[in-house]
Amino acid sequence: MSGLSLFPPNASTTAGEVDALYSFVITVSVIMTILIFSCVFLFAIRYRRRSGNERPKAIHGSLVLEIAWSVIPFAIMLVFFAWGTKLYYKNYVPPENTLDLYVTGKQWMWKVQYPGGQREINELHVPTGRPVKLTLASEDVIHSFYVPAFRIKHDVVPGQYETLWFQATTPGRYHIFCAEYCGTGHATMGGWVTVLDPVAYEAWLSGGASGGSMQEQGEKLFQQYGCVTCHVLDQKGRCPSLRNVFGHAVALDDGRTVIADEAYVRESILNPNEKVVAGYKRDIMPVFQGQIGEEGLLQLIVYIKSLSNPASTGAVGKAVSGKAVSGKSATKGSTK
Amino acid sequence: MTTTFEPRSIEERANYLNVDYGWKSWLFTTDHKRIALLYLFSITAFFLIGGAFAVGMRLNLVTPGGLFEADTYNKLFTMHGIIMVFFFLVPSIPAVLGNFLIPIMIGARDLAFPRINLLSWYIYVTGGLFTITAAFEGGVDTGWTFYAPFSTTYSNTHVILTAMGVFVAGFSSILTGLNFIITIHKMRAPGMTWGRLPLFVWSHYATSIIQVLGTPVIAITLVLLALERVLRAGIFDPALGGDPILFQHLFWFYSHPAVYIMILPGMGVISELIPCFSRKAIFGYNFVAFSSVAIAVIGFLVWGHHLFVAGQSMYASTVFSLLSFLVAVPSAIKVFNWTATMYRGSISFETPMLYAFGFIGLFTIGGLTGLVLATMALDVHLTDTYFVIAHFHYVMVGGMVMAYLGGIHFWFPKISGRMYPEGWAKFAALVVFVGFNLTFFPQFLLGYLGMPRRYHAYAPEFQVLNVMSSAGASILGVGYLIPMIYLFWAWRHGPKAPQNPWGAKGLEWEQSPTPPPTFNFNTPPVVTEEAYNYAEEAPLG
Repeated sequence: MSGLSLFPPNASTTAGEVDALYSFVITVSVIMTILIFSCVFLFAIRYRRRSGNERPKAIHGSLVLEIAWSVIPFAIMLVFFAWGTKLYYKNYVPPENTLDLYVTGKQWMWKVQYPGGQREINELHVPTGRPVKLTLASEDVIHSFYVPAFRIKHDVVPGQYETLWFQATTPGRYHIFCAEYCGTGHATMGGWVTVLDPVAYEAWLSGGASGGSMQEQGEKLFQQYGCVTCHVLDQKGRCPSLRNVFGHAVALDDGRTVIADEAYVRESILNPNEKVVAGYKRDIMPVFQGQIGEEGLLQLIVYIKSLSNPASTGAVGKAVSGKAVSGKSATKGSTK
Repeated sequence: MTTTFEPRSIEERANYLNVDYGWKSWLFTTDHKRIALLYLFSITAFFLIGGAFAVGMRLNLVTPGGLFEADTYNKLFTMHGIIMVFFFLVPSIPAVLGNFLIPIMIGARDLAFPRINLLSWYIYVTGGLFTITAAFEGGVDTGWTFYAPFSTTYSNTHVILTAMGVFVAGFSSILTGLNFIITIHKMRAPGMTWGRLPLFVWSHYATSIIQVLGTPVIAITLVLLALERVLRAGIFDPALGGDPILFQHLFWFYSHPAVYIMILPGMGVISELIPCFSRKAIFGYNFVAFSSVAIAVIGFLVWGHHLFVAGQSMYASTVFSLLSFLVAVPSAIKVFNWTATMYRGSISFETPMLYAFGFIGLFTIGGLTGLVLATMALDVHLTDTYFVIAHFHYVMVGGMVMAYLGGIHFWFPKISGRMYPEGWAKFAALVVFVGFNLTFFPQFLLGYLGMPRRYHAYAPEFQVLNVMSSAGASILGVGYLIPMIYLFWAWRHGPKAPQNPWGAKGLEWEQSPTPPPTFNFNTPPVVTEEAYNYAEEAPLG
C-alpha cells in the first residue's frame, strides 16, 4: 500500500502483459521527450541572442528531415499499435471453458450471481488459475466494471450484454471500481474482488448457496411467468421448443438467420416481436419489457442455455427425461 | 488659462480604442478588434467561473472522504467541464486573437461579415447566460459529456437549460468559423498568397473548417437529447427502445474534432512566437501549414477511440486506434519543425517565448500520453481514470492555455498600445509552469494506479498524490491571477508600446499602426515577401 508505487497490484495473467506494454510505450516516449527537450535546451543556449543586431540566415526546410520525422515516429507508433491490438484482442475474446459469473450494475451497487445460486453485493469471489467470464448487465444507466489489479475494464450498458474475462493469479482482495460516471453514488459504487486458491474457493462456494442454482432459479421463473405453457420442450407448441436453441442458428420469419446468443434470448423475452422464428405467429407471446429484472433475465438465460448444452449437467436431465416431457421434468435431474 | 497647441501625442492619435468611448460604441461595434475585446472580457469571466469550479474540486479531493456532498462535487466537475470546454477553450484563441488579428494579418479592413461577427458575440453571451443560469438555479450533474441514458432519464438537474446554452453557443462558433473562412479566401491584400499566409491564419483556417462541419452535429445531438428528455422519444434510452452507444458516437463525432478546435489555434500562436524570438523563418512552412489541415481532416475520423471499452466492435476499435496514431503524425511534424526553427537562430527569452517553450514541453507530454491511450490494451486499463484527465489537461491547459497566454503577451502591445511589466510576466510564466506540472503530473500516476475520474471520494492510498495535485492547483491559480492583475494595470499605466516592440514580421507589426486605427491600415497594405522573412530587418518601433 505504498502511496508512491507506480503500479497497482498485479493479480491477473494479463496484468503483467499490460504493464510490460505500458513500460515499453513509456520508455520510448521518455526517450522521444528527452530527445526533443535536449534539442530545445541545446538550441536555446547555443543560439541565444548575443547582440541585438544578429540576423541569422534563413533555413527554409529539408524534405529529407520532414520525411524522416514523419515516417520514423509513425513506424514506432505502428509497433505500439500492433502490440496493443494483439493484447486487446486477447483480452477481448474469452477463451473456452470459462467459469461464467453474472454481474448486474445498478445505481449504485454491483450484484453478482454465481451459477450455483450464490449471490453477493459489491463482492466478487473468484478462484485462481481458471479463466472467469463475467456477463455484464445494467438495470439503469451505463456503468463500467473496473478492477485495476487485473488491468481490465468494460462498460456495463443497459439494454445489452457485455462480457469481460480475466484469469486471477494471486490470492488477495482487490478494488472493484465503477469507472463510468453514473450519478450521485458513482464514487461509492465499488467493492472488492476476493481471489482464492481453488481449494479455498470450493470451500467458499459450499458455504453460501441458498434457493437453488441459477439454472434452477431460471427454471422456476420459466414456470412462474408461464413460459412453459407455450414453449413446450421437444414439441411443436404454439411457440418454438427451446431445446437446442441456444448457440444454434435460428431462421426468422423475415428470411434472416440469427445465432441464438444471450442478446437474442434477452431480446426475445423482452420484445418477442422483434425477431419471430419462421413458422410462428406474431403477438402470441406477451412483451416482458419492464416485467423481469436483469438478474431474473440472466437466470432465465442460464436455464435456456442449459437446455442445449450437451456438456453441462443440464444435458443429463435431457438424456434422462427423454422426449415429450414438460419443461419441469426435463431438468429435474440437472442440478448437481 | 492659456491654450497652447501641442503636437498630438501617440495616445491622441486616432485608433480603434480612442475613436469613441460610449458604451454604445462597444456594444454595437462592428470593428473586429472591439469585438475581440468584448470576447476577451467575457471569456476571461467564464475562465474565472470555470476556474472557481476547479478550485472547489481540488479542495474537495484533499481528503479521501471528500469535503463536499457527492452531488455538489458532481455538479462542480460538470460545470467546470462545460464552461471550460464550450465557453472558454473553444472560443478563446479564435474569438479573441483570431478575431483581432486575422484581418490585420491578411491585410483586410475587417472580417468579411462584421455584423455577423457582432452577432456571434451576442449568441455566445446568450448561450453563456443559459448555462450560467442553470448553474445558479442548482447546476447540472451529467458530466460535460451528457451521456445517455443518465442525462435523458435519470438526472434530476437542469440538463436541458445547460444543453440549450451549449446549443446556442454552437451557432456563435459556426458563424465565427464561416466568417474566418470567407475572410481568408476573399479578403487577402495584394501579394498575400496562400503560400505567404502567416501560420496563425492557416491554423485558424483549419479550425474554422472543423467548427463549420462539426458543430452542427453536437447541435443535433443536444436537440435529440432534449427530445428524449421531454418527449421520451426513444432514441438513446434502451428502456424506450433507443441505443445509448449511438449517443456516444454522435457526441464524440463533434467532441473529438472539438479537441482540435481547441489546440490548433494554439499551435498557430506558437508558430508565430518561435520564428519571432528566434529571428528566423519557420522551418518547413508548407509542412506546418498543411499539418493543420491534415489534423482537421484526420481528426474527424478518430472519434471511436473514446469507445474502446463501450462495447464497440473490436474491428471498428482497431481502425480507430490506427487512425488515432496517424493523427499524431502532423502534430509531431509541428513540434519537430518548431524545434528545427530554433536551430542556428538568435534566440531571446521574452515572456511570450517562455510560454512557447512551456507549450512545446507540455504539449509533447500531452501528445505522447495520447499515444499511450491510443494503444488499445492500455486504454482498457486507463480510460476513465485520472490518466485521461492528466493527458487532456496537458494538451488543453499545458498546450492551449500556455499558447493563449503567450499570444496575449505577444500581442498585448498591439492590442492596448502599452507594454506589460516584463519581470512580473516572466515570474508569472514560471509560476504557471511549476503549478501546472505539480497539479497534473501526479494525475498520470493516479491514473495508472487505477483511480477513476469523477470520484468525489476515493480510496485512501490515493491521497498523497491528490494532495500534491491540489497543492499544485493552488500555485497554478496564483499563476493565473498575476497576469490578470498586471495586464489590467498595464492597460492604463504601462509604458507606451513602440510600433514593433519584438521586431516581429507580419502585416500587423510592419504595416498597421500600434494600436491599429479602426480600419487597420493608413495606406492599403501590399505584401512583397514571404512570411517570417526574419533574415531581413523588420522596422523597429
